[in-house]
Amino acid sequence: MWEYTEKVKDFFLHPKNVGRIEDADAIGEVGSLICGDALRLFLKIEKETGEIIDAKFQTFGCASAIASSSVITEPVKGRTLDEALEITNQDIAESLGGLLDEKMHCSVMGREALEAAIANYRGEAIAVEEKGRLVCKCFDATEEKIRKVAIDNYLTTVDKITNFTKAGGGCGGCRPEIETILRDIWPLRLPERPAIPKKLTNLQKITLIQEIIETEIRPRLQADNGDIELIDVDRNNVIVALRGMCAGCLMADVTIKGIQDKLRELISDDIVVEAQS
Amino acid sequence: MNIIPGDGMRKCYFDYVATNPLHPEVLNTMMPYFKEEFGNPLSIYEPGQRAKKAIEEAREQVASMINARPSTIIFTSSGAEANSFALKGMAIAKQNQGNHVIVSRVEHHSILSSARFLEKSGFVVTYLPVDKYGFVDPEAVKDSITKETIVISIIHASSEIGTIEPIKEIAIVAQERNITMHTDAVATTGNIPIDVKDLGVDLLSMAAHQFYGPKGAGALYVKRGVRIVPLICGGIQEGGRRAGTENVPAIVGMGKAAEIAKSGMSRRIEHCKKLRDKIIEGVLKIPNVHLTGHHGNRLPHHASFVVEFIEGEAMLLMLSMKGIYSASGSACTSKALKSSPVLLSIGIPTALAQGSIVFSLGMSNTEEEVDYFLEEFPRIINRLREMSPFMKKKEGGSKCYTGG
Repeated sequence: MWEYTEKVKDFFLHPKNVGRIEDADAIGEVGSLICGDALRLFLKIEKETGEIIDAKFQTFGCASAIASSSVITEPVKGRTLDEALEITNQDIAESLGGLLDEKMHCSVMGREALEAAIANYRGEAIAVEEKGRLVCKCFDATEEKIRKVAIDNYLTTVDKITNFTKAGGGCGGCRPEIETILRDIWPLRLPERPAIPKKLTNLQKITLIQEIIETEIRPRLQADNGDIELIDVDRNNVIVALRGMCAGCLMADVTIKGIQDKLRELISDDIVVEAQS
Repeated sequence: MNIIPGDGMRKCYFDYVATNPLHPEVLNTMMPYFKEEFGNPLSIYEPGQRAKKAIEEAREQVASMINARPSTIIFTSSGAEANSFALKGMAIAKQNQGNHVIVSRVEHHSILSSARFLEKSGFVVTYLPVDKYGFVDPEAVKDSITKETIVISIIHASSEIGTIEPIKEIAIVAQERNITMHTDAVATTGNIPIDVKDLGVDLLSMAAHQFYGPKGAGALYVKRGVRIVPLICGGIQEGGRRAGTENVPAIVGMGKAAEIAKSGMSRRIEHCKKLRDKIIEGVLKIPNVHLTGHHGNRLPHHASFVVEFIEGEAMLLMLSMKGIYSASGSACTSKALKSSPVLLSIGIPTALAQGSIVFSLGMSNTEEEVDYFLEEFPRIINRLREMSPFMKKKEGGSKCYTGG
């Protein structure tokens, strides 16, 4: 039972920032009684600076759900909304010293509550869950949510999706559909990826770069409303253009570096990725 | 009585349906068979024959507890093995007479999984629904019987909700149609009086660790004249019906535990019932908490509830921090993240099933422990409810499930 880390135990038994903020500027609600976990996150935001000055939560759920909620309320304080959104579900799990796979959905819920609260403050569409086609009726999971979580966490199996989102864990009727979504995201099943020959011809290299950008990189950027286009390949220089939200993003350099790392990992160490100027 | 060693904090073991501690007398009886009496019961020389005699004596003791002949008892490694053996063994033995099997929706996983296995092998299985208390209706059993029906298996009492099923009435239905009747009596054997002749069943499963016996010992009662196909093939042990060198110490322990259970049954029932009723009465005073299973017709040592607005695992862990050990059927407690099918089958919505909590008692428990528990439990519920986003909604009058 206590397969939790000491940090989870501590945050569960002595949670920080439990309760409501009566005059909250933003409220994020995710989950429901049906889902078995639900989290309501309250934020107090300094209007001038867009800085979060206080955060409290209420949670219905197991020990790791309570700990995941509690652990997110501390680091968001003092951050601007954009900075707060940089906190990923992996960060939440990490600051709890790790979570068992079947409890990862608690960290996803923490991240979603943060997104929902910030969207609420900005007057955007509130619940992430309301968007998109419903795939898992038992746990209210949309295709969009499944795609996003799968891409963010590199999930390749239906069981993993269930651990991270609960989708597929109720009646199980949507499992084939989740399988289809996963095959769509990861058309090349990781274990079946063809071995890369040592010496690639130029054509082979270009095809491989195209393939990796299409199947591995684009879906991740698109999940954040961004996009990428391959402009040219000149020997080892790969020239790309960032589009959508990625264009003009302050983090563009980091994104380019990430793409370069991925291509270096999969193709060769001397690849250089540049953004089209 | 503190049966759990630790840091000196009070420990209340309220999870007797998970397992029981070993009765000290049972351990004493088992000890020689771990040491000097190591013979194989199949060996024809002295030490082998002494081991053989020991397991035959255990067979008599177990048989006597359920008013059966010793030759009808087949020792197994567990209740789950007895259940799998009963369902698969009977279905295969009778497959030339039909292919239909009837079970209920409140069965243990060892029956449900065996039923699924049979389905995959070409059998047809009916999963009978139950009412809000978890009762199987004997009339519904009668209605679901077809010309193809060969086996009916209904649990005697579910360890999740405690309701005791009308096995006698169902067995009459089965008998009339010449259908083999099995009952999973793992939760009941040794805890309430069982007389297989009175119950009228053909097969009955039991497990020693549910009545202060050792783990690793179970048994299947198979009425004389009923043919069953072995699950484990090999040697001639257990009349050729269950191969494998006998777990002599565990079997001897099971026998002794059965003997003690038989003689001390009424005292045990009285002891547990008193504490159980006190728990039920005390817990139901907390608002928005509901008893699951039937009020009167339930296991004497079993109290199960669903608590609104909070989740079972969180409750269970907070209780364990106070030294109180219990169980829950909530989805978060299970590795598969699935709510207990038993709770769903009695019509409890998934949301409310999340708040499942089960307390089961035994001879080590005292009234003081129950008092201590009744003091701590409401505090834990309050603490978790204060954290819960659903409490306020309810007070504010907005729509929320109230369990009615």
